[in-house]
Amino acid sequence: MEKKIQYTVSIYTENNVGLLNRISAIFLKRHINIESFTTSECEIENVFRFIIVVEMTESGIEKVIKQIEKQVDVIKAFYHTDEETIFQETALYKVKSNSLFEERHIQKSIKESNARIITVNPKFFVIEKTGFRHETDKLYNDLAPYGLLQFTRSGRIAVTKSKMGISEILNKFKNQKKKKK
Amino acid sequence: MGKMKKNKKISGAEAVIKSLIKENIDLVYGYPGGAIMPVYDEFFKFQHKVNHVLTRHEQGAVHAAQGYARSSGRVGVAIATSGPGATNLVTGIADAQIDSTPIVCITGQVPAHLLGSDAFQETDIIGISMPVTKWSYQITKASEVPDVIAKAFYIAKSGRPGPVLIDITKNAQIEMLDFKYKKCVGIRSYSPVPKIDKNKILEAAELINNAKNPLIVWGQGVILGNAEKEFKNFVEKSGIPAAWTILGASAIPTSHELNVGMVGMHGNYGPNILTNKCDLLIAIGMRFDDRVTGDTSTYAKQAKIIHLEIDPAEVNKNIKVDVPVVGNCKDSLRMLTRNIKEKSYKTWVNKFDELMKKEFKKVIKSDLSPKKKGLTMGESIIAINKFTKGKAIIVTDVGQHQMVACRYANFIDSKSNITSGGLGTMGFALPAAIGAKMGAPKREVVAVIGDGGYQMTIQELGTIFQLQLPVKIVILNNDFLGMVRQWQQLFFDKRYASTEMVNPDFVSIAKAYFLDSERVESRSDLEPAVKRMIESKKPFVLEICVEKEDNVFPMIPSGASVSDIRLE
Repeated sequence: MEKKIQYTVSIYTENNVGLLNRISAIFLKRHINIESFTTSECEIENVFRFIIVVEMTESGIEKVIKQIEKQVDVIKAFYHTDEETIFQETALYKVKSNSLFEERHIQKSIKESNARIITVNPKFFVIEKTGFRHETDKLYNDLAPYGLLQFTRSGRIAVTKSKMGISEILNKFKNQKKKKK
Repeated sequence: MGKMKKNKKISGAEAVIKSLIKENIDLVYGYPGGAIMPVYDEFFKFQHKVNHVLTRHEQGAVHAAQGYARSSGRVGVAIATSGPGATNLVTGIADAQIDSTPIVCITGQVPAHLLGSDAFQETDIIGISMPVTKWSYQITKASEVPDVIAKAFYIAKSGRPGPVLIDITKNAQIEMLDFKYKKCVGIRSYSPVPKIDKNKILEAAELINNAKNPLIVWGQGVILGNAEKEFKNFVEKSGIPAAWTILGASAIPTSHELNVGMVGMHGNYGPNILTNKCDLLIAIGMRFDDRVTGDTSTYAKQAKIIHLEIDPAEVNKNIKVDVPVVGNCKDSLRMLTRNIKEKSYKTWVNKFDELMKKEFKKVIKSDLSPKKKGLTMGESIIAINKFTKGKAIIVTDVGQHQMVACRYANFIDSKSNITSGGLGTMGFALPAAIGAKMGAPKREVVAVIGDGGYQMTIQELGTIFQLQLPVKIVILNNDFLGMVRQWQQLFFDKRYASTEMVNPDFVSIAKAYFLDSERVESRSDLEPAVKRMIESKKPFVLEICVEKEDNVFPMIPSGASVSDIRLE
């Protein structure tokens, strides 16, 4: 059996309503569990970037990437291993305000984990931690005994060590169009 | 007068028709309804330019559009209203997606301000059709109409063709716009025809030049790529025996000396067995469907594999290949032909002949010249061959008759085999035959349909009557859902669960639609009846009552290896 590995999938797309559906359907159809999913505008105006984390075999991810690239509104899709990307996640922790003042451990955990307190009011305060999964997990484990009012974690965001070359693809298209004219 | 020259605003609905005209569309199939009425009003005004054919069901419209696309090589168009009209198109859209048929479907939609309110006849057709369309778009503003329709036609026909759905809200049909049409020539996120890597051509040519027992398997890509001539040149120069998938049929004539028959579940014995004996497999415009490969873990393991394919996502999808040649096969075949030596493989080709002899003895002989009283599907096809002289377009439905027709039809010209291959849509043939005839009006079109599939879209006899369209319809009636019954016999101990059909009088039904019709029950009546049908200048329904429990052989049992093909 081929080994399953965690891959970060990056997809550059036109901003097209419904594309989210098309992309998620490609995973759904093959019963692939999406571990995290984020989308935002990227460095190029009007080009969006999806970042999807999945655990798959390499032969499986190769096929999925081709199916994604086949979509008309997808400019380019890539997959990378953790070693090939710089990635982070953000977690928010909402804790009762009295715990912060009464429990020294909480203050210590915040300091040691390099987390930030982003808001404080008489009832609660909110801590933000950006880092690797094991770091946000550690802070979760540290804070949980004191009662978390709410906890949430973002999907992975990532940039790759290698070049993506999206502008080159788009420029090439522009130049071809000019030539045709 | 200066004012007259100024761009006059037109409605979104008029823009739809004008856009179709700009795409050289003079024929569409459809069914009206509330949310598409403004467009229909324009069809009325433009009826001298665009012929709208009213089918009897939206599924009929989409299959007719498919048949039209397949026989003409152009884009087929189907139109429906919102809600049920739109959902009735879905089967045909899925069929066109899996068989790479270029069609554009246009659906009406509730006004934009009602979207999401569960309005009357509102369905999320974009969401429903998303997994089975190459592209889809919902127009909510009239100003979007020309650009989106231009894009739709470009996407449907470019690269690997496929279905596109355009949903137009009613307000966008009524609102006015300045109409300017510019054909779409490219989309920056979409490269339909990948550039051919010359190194891959050289690698492939080297494998071909050094092969001892090579085999070509070609599919519909040869036809879709208009590459019949290039393909024939390649086959003839290389001297390599060539076998076809069901959708590849007719790209070169059945009688071509290097045409060794059909591969797959009910294909010919030789090419299936020898797939697992060849040392080089050259796959051209085909996608290694499971009905072709059988068990993939035992498929052509001994062979090197070259794959000529336009869609990169098909490469290494089902079968790992050694040399992928991604690109348009019209070009890659030409390049490849230049780089190969002229050769012939006499002893190797003889092996196909030997296995064909075996198949003839065990299967074909009794199919075509049966000793038993009941008529066979095989001899019915041979009778059609005789009177059409192999010049007809054969449109088939799905099941036993489809396999028999493809096995025994004599094809001379390309685009002569129209069938639902990938999706296996029963009910496809009757409406597809309407489209096929209108897409190639000079050709004879014979629809061969089983008694099951016929009754799924039988209402299209009404369309045929209204059009007075001279299609010839042959019902091969065994009073069973024959293919399922065959599986029940072979794999479910003859437990015939819901496969026996108590059928109506098909001749009376045809006559109720004022169509000429006959029934054949005996061998002596077969040829004269087929002759009358083919010679008729009018639509004609011929019911041929065939043996009830005949089976189609050879057969690769589902999940077995191609080399485990059974002759009985």
